[in-house]
Amino acid sequence: LTVHAQIQSITKLFSGSQVRFQAPPNSLVSFFDASLPGTLPVLNRRCVEAAVMTGLALDCVINRKSLFDRKHYFYADLPAGYQITQQRRPIAVDGTLTYSHLGGTRRNTLITKSVRIKQIQLEQDSGKSLHDDRRGQTLIDLNRAGVGLMELVMEPDMSCGEEAAAAVRELQLILQALGTCQGHMDEGQLRVDANVSVHRPGDPWGVRTEVKNINSGRNLARAIDYEIQRQVGVLKNGGTVQNETRSFDRKSGHTLPMRDKEGLQDYRFMPEPNLPPLIVYDRPSTAPPCVHPSQVVVLEEVRAGLPELPRARRTRLVESYDILPEHSFTLVNEDGLTDYFEAVVKETKAGPRKVIGWVNQVLLGLLHHHSLSVSQSPVTPQMLAQLLNLQENGQISSSVAKQVFQELWRAPGKTAQQIIQEQDLGIVSNTTEIHRICQKVVDSHPDQVQAIRGGNKKVLNKLMGLVQKETKGRADPVLVRSILEEKTS
Amino acid sequence: MSVVNYARTLQKVILNIGPRCYHRWVTTASVALRIRDSKQNFRCRLWCGLLTPVHYQYSTEGNTSKVPSVATWEPVLENQLPPAKQVPADLVDKLERLALVDFPNQEGLVCLKKAIRFADQLHVVDTEGVDPMDSVLENRALYLREDVVAEGDCADRLLQLSKDTVEEYFVAPPGNIPLPGREEC
Repeated sequence: LTVHAQIQSITKLFSGSQVRFQAPPNSLVSFFDASLPGTLPVLNRRCVEAAVMTGLALDCVINRKSLFDRKHYFYADLPAGYQITQQRRPIAVDGTLTYSHLGGTRRNTLITKSVRIKQIQLEQDSGKSLHDDRRGQTLIDLNRAGVGLMELVMEPDMSCGEEAAAAVRELQLILQALGTCQGHMDEGQLRVDANVSVHRPGDPWGVRTEVKNINSGRNLARAIDYEIQRQVGVLKNGGTVQNETRSFDRKSGHTLPMRDKEGLQDYRFMPEPNLPPLIVYDRPSTAPPCVHPSQVVVLEEVRAGLPELPRARRTRLVESYDILPEHSFTLVNEDGLTDYFEAVVKETKAGPRKVIGWVNQVLLGLLHHHSLSVSQSPVTPQMLAQLLNLQENGQISSSVAKQVFQELWRAPGKTAQQIIQEQDLGIVSNTTEIHRICQKVVDSHPDQVQAIRGGNKKVLNKLMGLVQKETKGRADPVLVRSILEEKTS
Repeated sequence: MSVVNYARTLQKVILNIGPRCYHRWVTTASVALRIRDSKQNFRCRLWCGLLTPVHYQYSTEGNTSKVPSVATWEPVLENQLPPAKQVPADLVDKLERLALVDFPNQEGLVCLKKAIRFADQLHVVDTEGVDPMDSVLENRALYLREDVVAEGDCADRLLQLSKDTVEEYFVAPPGNIPLPGREEC
C-alpha cells in the first residue's frame, strides 16, 4: 500500500499560505505555489515535527540527515513541472505497523499481524483539476498545491483486502491520536493506492498493478479482492498480467484501466538545489550552540511529547477494566465509544463486563443499523447507566431492560423509570404468582413435560418462553427456570 | 578623506603628467576597491607609481590570489575519454517527451552528441573517496519556518497572468497532449 497522508498544519509545506478544506478557488495560493519565477521553497517546521512523530509512533529509524529531490512530470495541476519530494534519503525508514482484525469462524477472535513500513517521506501535494469533458477543458484549482504530505510506503506483507483495510484503519487511528493527520479518506486527507500481484506459493513475485481512486476502507477491501480475483482469472486463462494503473469504480466494484498513463514513467529524479539537507538532532546538547532553538528539531523532545497511541490505549482498557482484547479492539475502533464506555462504567454499579456487552452489542448494533456515530446516539451514557442500575437493583429483569432500551432509543425524552412505570414493566417477584403461571403452562403442555422427563432438556426453554410471554417478560428468568425444573422433574 | 576621493585627485594628477604614465594602470577607482582596507598601502604605492612609472603586476602583497600567472589549461585528448555512447532514436523521442525539448533535425542531434562528448570530460577526474556534492548549500543550515499564515489571498493577481480563466479557475487542455510522432515532424 502507498498511503499519502495530508499533514494537519496551518500553512503549507514550502510556503506561507493557509491550508483549508473548502475555500474559494485559487484563494489560498502564494506566488511559490503558483510557481512564479523567482520564488524559493521555505520548509515548515510543523511538517518536519509531524513526520518525525509519525516515524517514532511507527517504530521507524529516523534519518538524522535527509535530502530533498525533484520528481519531474508534466501535468496541469503541477504548475512547476516537478514535485519536491524525498527519494534518495527520506526522513524515516524501516518501521512496523501492527494491526489487528476480528477473524475466525465467528469473527470474534482477535488476529494480530504486522506490516513493514519501507519509508516515510515528506512531499508536496498537487493542485486539483476538474475535468469538463463537454467543453474539452480542465479547470485547475491550486488551493491544494504545495500542502505537505507524508508518503508512507509499505512492504507487500498483506494478503487480502480485509487485512489491508484493517491496517489502514489502524494507521488512521494512530495519525488521529498523534494529531498529524485527521485521516478522513472521504475528504482526501488520507489517500491509499494499492499495489496488487499474485503468484503461486514458491514462485517469484508476479507482475503488480496499481489501483487508484479508492475513497474508503470498505472500498479498499473490495478493490483489492476484485483485483486479486481478476489477476487469478487472467493467469488461469493463460494470459499475462500487464503492469498498469487501474482505477476503482465503486458502483460496479470493478477496476478499470486508467487512460492517460503511457507505460512506465521516468521521473528524472534530481537533487533539489534550493534546499540544504534536513538535519534532525538527538538531544538538545547535540544541536549546534549558535543556532536558535526554533531552528532545531530534537528527537528527544518529540518523543517525550508523543500522546497515548491506540495500542497503549487498548492495553490500558484491558488492564484497568478486565475486559477481553476483542472488546477493547471494538471500543478503540469506533470513534468516541471508549469515552462512552468509561462514562457509563463510572456512573453505574454494574461490572465493566456487563457494560461491555451492552455497549458493544446492543448500542453499537443499533448505531450501525441506523448509520449513526456514537456522538449522535439518542441514548446518553447517563441514561444507560441509570437503566443498568435499575437492573442491578433487581427492579427489572434483563429482557425487560432490553425492551426499555429500545423505548429510550425511540423516545429519548423519557427516563427509564418513567417508561417502567407507564408500561408496568416492574419485576414480578411474587413467587405464588409465578408458581401459578408455571403450573398453568405445565398443565397445558403435557407432551413437552413428558419429553423433559425423558431427558430432552432443551424443551424447557420453550416452556420458559411461554411463561415469559404470560408475564410479559417481567419474571426473573433464573427463578422461573428453577421452578419449572422443579415441576417437571 | 575617503579612498575614492584620493583616487579622483590622483587621477587628475596623472592626466596632467601624460599618457606615458597611463600604461599598465588599471583605473584608479578599481585599484581603490581592490585594496580598500589598507589606505596606507594605497597612498604610498600610488605615489611610488607616479614617481617611478614602471610596469608592475597587480599582485599586491597581503592579497594572496589563487589566479595563476600563466594559463594552466590542458586540453583533454580524445583517447582519454571513455568510448562515445550512441544515442538511439527511441531515446531521443523519449527525451523529447519527458523534457519537452525539440531536436528538429540532424543538426540538433549532432549538437546533442557534441554536448554529451563535452560532458564526458568529467570522467577524466579521479573522484576516488570523494562524496558527491548536490549543491553548494550543502553545509548551510536549513531554515525552518514557523507555522503562521503569511501569504495567499491574491487570486485576482494570479488569474490576471493566465490567458484563459473561468470563474476563478485556471483553464488547461484536458490531460496531456501527446507529441506528434517522428514521422509527422
